[in-house]
Amino acid sequence: MSAVANPRSSGRPDAVRLMLNNRLATGGLVILVVMVLLALLAPLLPLADPNATAPANRLIRPLSEGHLLGTDALGRDILSRILWGLRVSLAVGISATLIAAFFGSLIGLVAGYAGGRTDNLLMRGVDMLMAFPYILLALAIVAVLGPGLINALYAIAVVNIPFFARNIRGVTLGLARREFVDAARLSGKSHLRILTGEILPNVAPVIVVTMSTTVGWMILETAGLSFLGLGAQPPQADLGSMLGDGRRVLFNAPHVAIVPGLVIFLLVMSINLFGDGVRDVLDPRLKSGALARPMGRTAIDPRAGDAMPAPATEAVLDVVALKTQFQLGRKTLRAVDDVDLRLREGECLGIVGESGSGKSVTAMSIMGLVPTPPGRIAGGTIDFRGEDLLGASDARIRQLRGGAVSHVFQDPLSTLHPLFTVGDQIVEAIRAHQSIGHREARTKARDLLAMVRIPNAAQRLDAYPHELSGGMRQRVVIAMALANDAELLIADEPTTALDVTVQAQVLSLMNGLRREKKTSILFITHDFGVVSAICDRVAVMYAGRIVETGTARQVLEKPAHPYTRKLIDCVPVLGQSDRRLDAIEGLPPSVDDLPEGCAFAPRCPFAQPECRKGEIPLFALADERAARCLFPLSAAREVVDA
Amino acid sequence: MSAYIFKRLLALIPVLFGLSIIVFLMMALIPGDPATAILGNFATPENVARLNAQLGLDRPLPQQYLIWLGNLLQGDLGRSFALNRPVLDEVIERFSATLILAGAALVLCSVLGLLAGIVSAVRQFGWTDRMITLFVLIGISTPSFFLGLMLILFFAVNLRWFPASGMYAIYGGGDLPDLLYHLVLPAVTLAAVATGVIARLTRTAMLEVLRQDYIRTARAKGLSERRVIYRHAFKAALVSVIPVIGIQAGFVLGGAVYIETVFQWPGIGAMLVNAISTRDLLLVQGGVLVVATSYVLFNLAADIVQSMLDPRLRR
Repeated sequence: MSAVANPRSSGRPDAVRLMLNNRLATGGLVILVVMVLLALLAPLLPLADPNATAPANRLIRPLSEGHLLGTDALGRDILSRILWGLRVSLAVGISATLIAAFFGSLIGLVAGYAGGRTDNLLMRGVDMLMAFPYILLALAIVAVLGPGLINALYAIAVVNIPFFARNIRGVTLGLARREFVDAARLSGKSHLRILTGEILPNVAPVIVVTMSTTVGWMILETAGLSFLGLGAQPPQADLGSMLGDGRRVLFNAPHVAIVPGLVIFLLVMSINLFGDGVRDVLDPRLKSGALARPMGRTAIDPRAGDAMPAPATEAVLDVVALKTQFQLGRKTLRAVDDVDLRLREGECLGIVGESGSGKSVTAMSIMGLVPTPPGRIAGGTIDFRGEDLLGASDARIRQLRGGAVSHVFQDPLSTLHPLFTVGDQIVEAIRAHQSIGHREARTKARDLLAMVRIPNAAQRLDAYPHELSGGMRQRVVIAMALANDAELLIADEPTTALDVTVQAQVLSLMNGLRREKKTSILFITHDFGVVSAICDRVAVMYAGRIVETGTARQVLEKPAHPYTRKLIDCVPVLGQSDRRLDAIEGLPPSVDDLPEGCAFAPRCPFAQPECRKGEIPLFALADERAARCLFPLSAAREVVDA
Repeated sequence: MSAYIFKRLLALIPVLFGLSIIVFLMMALIPGDPATAILGNFATPENVARLNAQLGLDRPLPQQYLIWLGNLLQGDLGRSFALNRPVLDEVIERFSATLILAGAALVLCSVLGLLAGIVSAVRQFGWTDRMITLFVLIGISTPSFFLGLMLILFFAVNLRWFPASGMYAIYGGGDLPDLLYHLVLPAVTLAAVATGVIARLTRTAMLEVLRQDYIRTARAKGLSERRVIYRHAFKAALVSVIPVIGIQAGFVLGGAVYIETVFQWPGIGAMLVNAISTRDLLLVQGGVLVVATSYVLFNLAADIVQSMLDPRLRR
């Protein structure tokens, strides 16, 4: 939200985050290994007998001589009991995990592989088990089998079977339809051999991930059952039953409860940390939340805007030497590099280029709508009616957004909020800038919908975006952009997602606006056909730079830059079969790795050795006409000569 | 909308049917003679025979189920031999106490979890985010029964702010302040884990939503960041968090077993633990049935709320 670029917040945070995650996972692993080793070595360590009672030594505090962690209500050494109890807890937790993994995976494999009715029947059963609250089902099973550690183990295992069954079934279902499984089937292998030989190896990582994420829960829940007195029965003890014992003397000797509680906590946390690490490595799809969120306004380098005083012009919009960059790791993508634009009142300026040329980023930079991170305005000035936009406060920018300057974006399905009615969204746009009541704003919204020729405007107010057709949705977006009589309309491919007839209607709608309300339009498109229909002037962009400017007629009739020529040739014209429909050979260059000289040279049929050297400036060809080309096409040069 | 709710209610019938079969089988699968199991080892042979006949346990399993279901539909869940009163009466009484506790915990974990998740996402990678992430990690790794004991030690024994137990006035006598006074510690304990889970998922959902095109549209309209985040982004994120809250209802209802034991809250969880120890199996059966049914209803409610938020789900 701050206008000042924060060097730490630019760039992908993944590296930092991953390192932190890995460090946590490593920490978890170290604690886990130490605990497992202690548990395994318990019989060899010089410990007191965990079950030897000594009534004389009841409830000794920790750090006493001979009893590092003190004694419990029966005078038993807590350190010794903890290590032995840890053995039991680990053994029970891991056994329960293995049992659940075995049966759950078996059900999942069979259901996913067999499909059809077998799948249906098995999964219905699994769903039924999941309809019970997890712990309640375990309790019910213990109720049936009777209290005891082994019964608690079974209960916890059974309760976890559905998780495995569901996860494994999902993966198996996908695998069972793959070619290599078909091939194995055709080669006459038995179902059992296909399952164990072909499918199981591919499912194994999912089983491991599910185990690593559930084993902590299972240890926790067995401890819980023991805590309630339904698991380990005296004299046998696990961590849970020790905590249960401690509860009885909580008020006069809290350490008896605290020590086993902390050990359970440490054990479960180390398993969770390690499990997260395992999951991140084996199943990166789940590692979301590491994505950086875009801020409310594009970050602006403090240097930007200082270089030049605001030029006093009659232009509505004046962009000078704009540089917008994306920081991806250590790479800097110069998405927009030294772009100049000028837009007069009532004028329509087209920015034309292929995707990736920087035309949308140019348009989004004006009102600071380029996502930060990773975007950042690195230099230049943007003036709207003589006001410096890069230096303006966030509050002023908000006032202008949707007010004097409004936007129409490309895909109306994703740009309208799916959960609000179109009426609510338009009303919100109106009331963000006009202090009128809801009722009045709603009437206005209806008028706006009628103005963009939406039939039954009053009823459509209550429609959700998904209930409208693509053309309708785009008209809603335009209506929203017109809500506050914008002076400048920034339209980013507003017709691309629409079919041709609707395209024509939307264009004539925008054209009408321009005539009637003197709205200036910045029109971003890749289609010269659209340019000819609406634009007065054109700027052609390639690899983040303007390569040609001029009036729409000049550029369309006599393109100077070979790239412009290629773009124009791409437009099919009805009834003219001699137009070439060839696309431009090659791909636009990546803006982090531009060749020296002309960026288009590698794809240009007229390229000369000079084209690949040095910096090629924008050569003026005539008044308001320029091209970034050493050898402008001859037809255009004639215009200059004439 | 009402058509959608009706459709969901219809879909509820097979689920409840399956639930009743499982709960019924639970009793039928008890090793040995069920009547002996119900009445205990010291029951006289006449009593065992009479109960067998009364419960229809001498008949084939499907027939037994129908008899049991018929009784159930008439509100007859049998008699608790240990308490010597109808199971249904006891279960309803206890369940109301659990509902207060679980409901409070559910409200608490939803509000705190959602708030923490939003703040975490908005201040992504800032110190607030790191603190919340740390708390979430601790929250989901701490056994709730241990957390309960620690809260008792700290707030009830040392600070004497809240009582450790003694919620007996729930059946009358106690007023609202008294109830809240007794409710704070158990509700906080019960909510801790679920808060962590909800916070984690809310953060992920918010970060996902904030990258969407319609958020850019909201900003392009000139809305304040507050409105963009709390109205536009949060509503969309909520749609994916609501089902998780529904699932958490199960963990809260189940976790009540521990918390009620720790705080001696007179709810159905504590009742179940006692009933299992005394082998009062009809009481266990009734308790499990009621809690599981309420969980199914919680999830139904979550689905309905979700479809109220998202019109695309109503079809």
